[in-house]
Amino acid sequence: MHAIRSATAGTLEEVGRLSAFTGRFFQSALSRPFEGRELLRQCYAIGYRSLFLVLATGFIMGLVLTLQLRPTMIDFGAVAYMPDMVGIAFVREIGPMVTALICAGKIGSGIGAELGSMRVTEQIDAMEVSGTNPFRFLVVTRVWACILMLPLLVVVADAMGLLGSYFIESTRGQVSLALYFNRAFGAMAIGDLVPATVKTFFFGLVIGVVGCYKGYYSAKGTAGVGRAANSAVVISSLLLFLVDFIAVLAADILFEI
Amino acid sequence: MKTPRQHTDTTPLIEITSLTKSFGTNAVLRGFSLRLLPGENLVILGRSGSGKSVLIKCLIRLIEPDGGDIRIMGQAVTQLDRASLDRLRTEVGFLFQGSALYDSMTVRENLRFPLRRHPERAQGVAEDSLIQTALESVGLAHAIDLLPAELSGGMKRRVALARTLILKPRIILYDEPTTGLDPITANEIIQLMLKLQQELGTASLIITHDMDCARVIANRVIILHDGINYAEGTYSDLARSRDPHVRAFFKDTNSPYHD
Ligand SMILES: Nc1ncnc2c1ncn2[C@@H]1O[C@H](COP(=O)(O)OP(=O)(O)OP(=O)(O)O)[C@@H](O)[C@H]1O
Ligand SMILES: [Mg+2]
Repeated sequence: MHAIRSATAGTLEEVGRLSAFTGRFFQSALSRPFEGRELLRQCYAIGYRSLFLVLATGFIMGLVLTLQLRPTMIDFGAVAYMPDMVGIAFVREIGPMVTALICAGKIGSGIGAELGSMRVTEQIDAMEVSGTNPFRFLVVTRVWACILMLPLLVVVADAMGLLGSYFIESTRGQVSLALYFNRAFGAMAIGDLVPATVKTFFFGLVIGVVGCYKGYYSAKGTAGVGRAANSAVVISSLLLFLVDFIAVLAADILFEI
Repeated sequence: MKTPRQHTDTTPLIEITSLTKSFGTNAVLRGFSLRLLPGENLVILGRSGSGKSVLIKCLIRLIEPDGGDIRIMGQAVTQLDRASLDRLRTEVGFLFQGSALYDSMTVRENLRFPLRRHPERAQGVAEDSLIQTALESVGLAHAIDLLPAELSGGMKRRVALARTLILKPRIILYDEPTTGLDPITANEIIQLMLKLQQELGTASLIITHDMDCARVIANRVIILHDGINYAEGTYSDLARSRDPHVRAFFKDTNSPYHD
């Protein structure tokens, strides 16, 4: 009983600190001085580091989904609707969620470890004493880069998913690639596209903020760095599902679908 | 061999009065005071864990002190806003215990970092020539394109010193400049510190538990014990003291450094 109470208190405290950290990000996010050069560098690093992984997983998810759906769709006589089905599934859910989870593993842990080791070896303090605000230089740029790059990576994953799906379909019959993509996008409504895109910005925010928070306040020692990277992944994955649920619920109410 | 130079000006560059800092129930500083005069090398001796690092981190507000008064060049440090604090920090160099070089950047980029942030400190001199000069003054001009991971501990310490010097600070805070180095390399760093003091006239606050470093470099020594300035004087004053806590430092000081 006592253990449960103290664990709950610990979790609540962590939630409070993470919220305060997020608040601090928003406070500095749009005000000067703006570290433009570092932001560009981070966008490139974050986008490029995960691009290949996203390309590969998107394509494979497209293959798998199509193979799995096929028998049932044939049973229902609906196999012609494959592009509609896969397109909507990818744009609404699979693309954003798979990309976000992969980025939580790749980018989130990378940021956690990088900032963690900078904290432990006093590099963050060194920035501070040279008259640079390390929160602006390190945290604000990385979170912005995540917010901006994640939607792009999701678009890439969606496209690769459809391509994978088309690849399976083309081995089973005559379909043209242009027709396949046309069908897929023709089936989509504004209620599919807008909420899905909006939520990917929030996914980027979650990954960036949690990774930075864990690294920035990393405990001393190399074990602290490892824990920072690890818990960045665990916590952001959990939060991603939560944000996804809230986003879907909100979209459901707003677009009545 | 060089010896520390004595200045005559007596308005203190740093004045700390009754500084206190606790972490939970652990009262680390309990009313510490000191004055650092222009051009002076002031050594603070203290055992491991006595709060030496906490003390100099409070000085430039890397750690927020609980109480007491800190003045650097007349400015009350604890009352400064962010912008004034950043400006004051460019006047105060800080050499970290572990060098703290940015390990994703080359030596050149490490030195460029503070310059880019404070171009006004370059006083119109070209960035590249400032970097070159700073590296030459620590004897590492050839290492300009290396990454920190490719440097030895002593080289890192010297690059960190060059990075500190590039903004031409009036005060340098050294956190254990010789710890973790072999006696010969440690002596090189000490001689470098003396050379810089003489050429640039900077005042230094040097934290150490290395008695040989203290003996060679100090104009004055303060012993930090129990969170206060427990004893104070020149090295030879303190070496003659009968106080057991002071004596503990001076036991067994056969110097591996020559002076
Ligand atoms: N951020 C912190 N949080 C909690 N306690 C701290 C913190 N920083 C330092 N301390 C405590 O303050 C005390 C003094 O630490 P400090 O690092 O100043 O020692 P030091 O004199 O520099 O020792 P060393 O010679 O080993 O570097 C230690 O007991 C340490 O546990
Ligand atoms: Mg220390």
